[in-house]
Amino acid sequence: MFEKILIANRGEIALRIQRACREMGIKTVAVHSEADADAKYVKLADESVCIGPAQSTLSYLHVPSIISAAEVTDAEAIHPGYGFLSENADFAERVEQSGFAFIGPRPETIRLMGDKVSAKDAMKASGVPCVPGSEGALPEDGDEVVRIAKDIGYPVIIKAAGGGGGRGMRVVHTEAALLTAVSMTKNEAQTAFGNPVVYMEKFLENPRHIEIQVLADEHGNAAFLGERDCSMQRRHQKILEEAPAPGLSPKLRDKIGERCAEACRKIGYRGAGTFEFLYENDEFFFIEMNTRVQVEHPVTEMITGIDIVQEQIRIAAGLELSFRQKDVQLRGHSIECRINAEDPYTFVPSPGRITVYHVPGGPGIRVDSHVYQNYVVPQYYDSMVGKLIAYGATRDQAIARMKTALSEMVIEGIKTNIPLHQDLMRDAAFVKGGASIHYLEHKLAAAKKTQ
Amino acid sequence: MDLRKVKKLIDLVSESGIAELEITEGEETVRISRYGQNPPQTMMYAPQQSYMPAPAPVTAAAIEAAPAVAAQSDGHPVKSPMVGTFYRAASPGSKNFVEVGQSVNAGETLCIIEAMKLLNEIEADQSGVIKAILVENGQPVEYGEPLFIIG
Repeated sequence: MFEKILIANRGEIALRIQRACREMGIKTVAVHSEADADAKYVKLADESVCIGPAQSTLSYLHVPSIISAAEVTDAEAIHPGYGFLSENADFAERVEQSGFAFIGPRPETIRLMGDKVSAKDAMKASGVPCVPGSEGALPEDGDEVVRIAKDIGYPVIIKAAGGGGGRGMRVVHTEAALLTAVSMTKNEAQTAFGNPVVYMEKFLENPRHIEIQVLADEHGNAAFLGERDCSMQRRHQKILEEAPAPGLSPKLRDKIGERCAEACRKIGYRGAGTFEFLYENDEFFFIEMNTRVQVEHPVTEMITGIDIVQEQIRIAAGLELSFRQKDVQLRGHSIECRINAEDPYTFVPSPGRITVYHVPGGPGIRVDSHVYQNYVVPQYYDSMVGKLIAYGATRDQAIARMKTALSEMVIEGIKTNIPLHQDLMRDAAFVKGGASIHYLEHKLAAAKKTQ
Repeated sequence: MDLRKVKKLIDLVSESGIAELEITEGEETVRISRYGQNPPQTMMYAPQQSYMPAPAPVTAAAIEAAPAVAAQSDGHPVKSPMVGTFYRAASPGSKNFVEVGQSVNAGETLCIIEAMKLLNEIEADQSGVIKAILVENGQPVEYGEPLFIIG
């Protein structure tokens, strides 16, 4: 087992990784930008290293600084968290070449899944159903592109091969708008990802976003840990997640879950991963795979009792999974609300000093947050200040506990989206369960109209 | 009085509104005071019997305070532009690039910082005299850490 791990991230996930390490008796090295010098996990780390100024490109995305920090502290492994360099195959490669363990999949796997076109091909070859679309990248020939769209049937969505996570996509409803949309998406992709390759998929009208969590070690063990429903999204960003997915039959779950575990074995997957699907009319359609721990991992931990971050560390240290598929039991229901420092309805970011901070508690309540009273939320990074997670024996109980917890939670000095979450806990469609990925956007648009 | 106790006292002062704290335990006395914007400085008095613990590992606050005070009073700090290991000379056994009291011109190499197996020459960003060398040979440095004072 590792003696020292460097946490190459910030915010709540850095604290989460640190907690897993401390529980296992592993020393932690917290790297931080100048803006994060007062972070909670920096104060709690065995060692901390300032790796650059506030801008991410010069700190959290600056590979030499991170590897250097690992060298001077004699860390043995690097945990990349999520976002930043976590799905950067070049980073994973340099980490390993420099003699450290990368807590995640092999660089080749990250590369395979990072290119959304090759990821789909790999999944098709492994028997995982995909969204119908162009067979690979879109050709240069405009007439060909029009023909492909006609075959698929409108509406279609143009996606960047180097994108993912809701970025680099554009919906097209009519043939007249098609070619302009394709060239705009290509230009954006070139700028944002350095890769102008795009592909096309059928745009499903009313799907839900359901994803499968997997864990695979280097001894041939691969297991799925049930699913998460992450359909509550705004601009392709998740606001709220839950596990299990309301109304999903155990038979369908086991079928798709086993396909994912088998795909892991086939491609030699190592570590934690998530297969993301669109689910419509009892059918699953693969969209992409995330080769890292995800923001919403806590809801899966709550219903399975498995510590995903610890399993990641175990796998990276060459150990077997601490459980087998037959040990995975889904019990109860869990919901996670992402607490963001933003106006709850205009979504304008609200960085600044948290003047009053009080967290809820009680049965079934978990708070994953790095903030504290007097902490200054920096303006340089994403706005998530924490995650409020509720667990109950039933979905109704989880919702009731979340309502209570949201009403107890106090964050003053900055604006947060707590009022939006309170609204959602009372929302009829949410309470019923099974709302589509478009529901929240429609709800927000309707609310705006009536103002 | 052990170092952990002292560290706790330092944390206490910095987190509270206390301006100055003096504690006497038996023969030993510790006085910690806060000066407005500056980080709290610790001054330890050795009692007559010289019970003074080694000053080097005292606390991060104390180590931070010392160069900060030096920087403010003496001159311009040259800060590390990267994470790595600090070396005074081009190779072991070679002459140090600079010594205290030496005049340097802007652009002259002051030290090496080794990062990811590469040796990076760190240059003076202004001309002047080396007033202080704040890091020891072979010590790890982080981004922004003051290395030299040029006055």
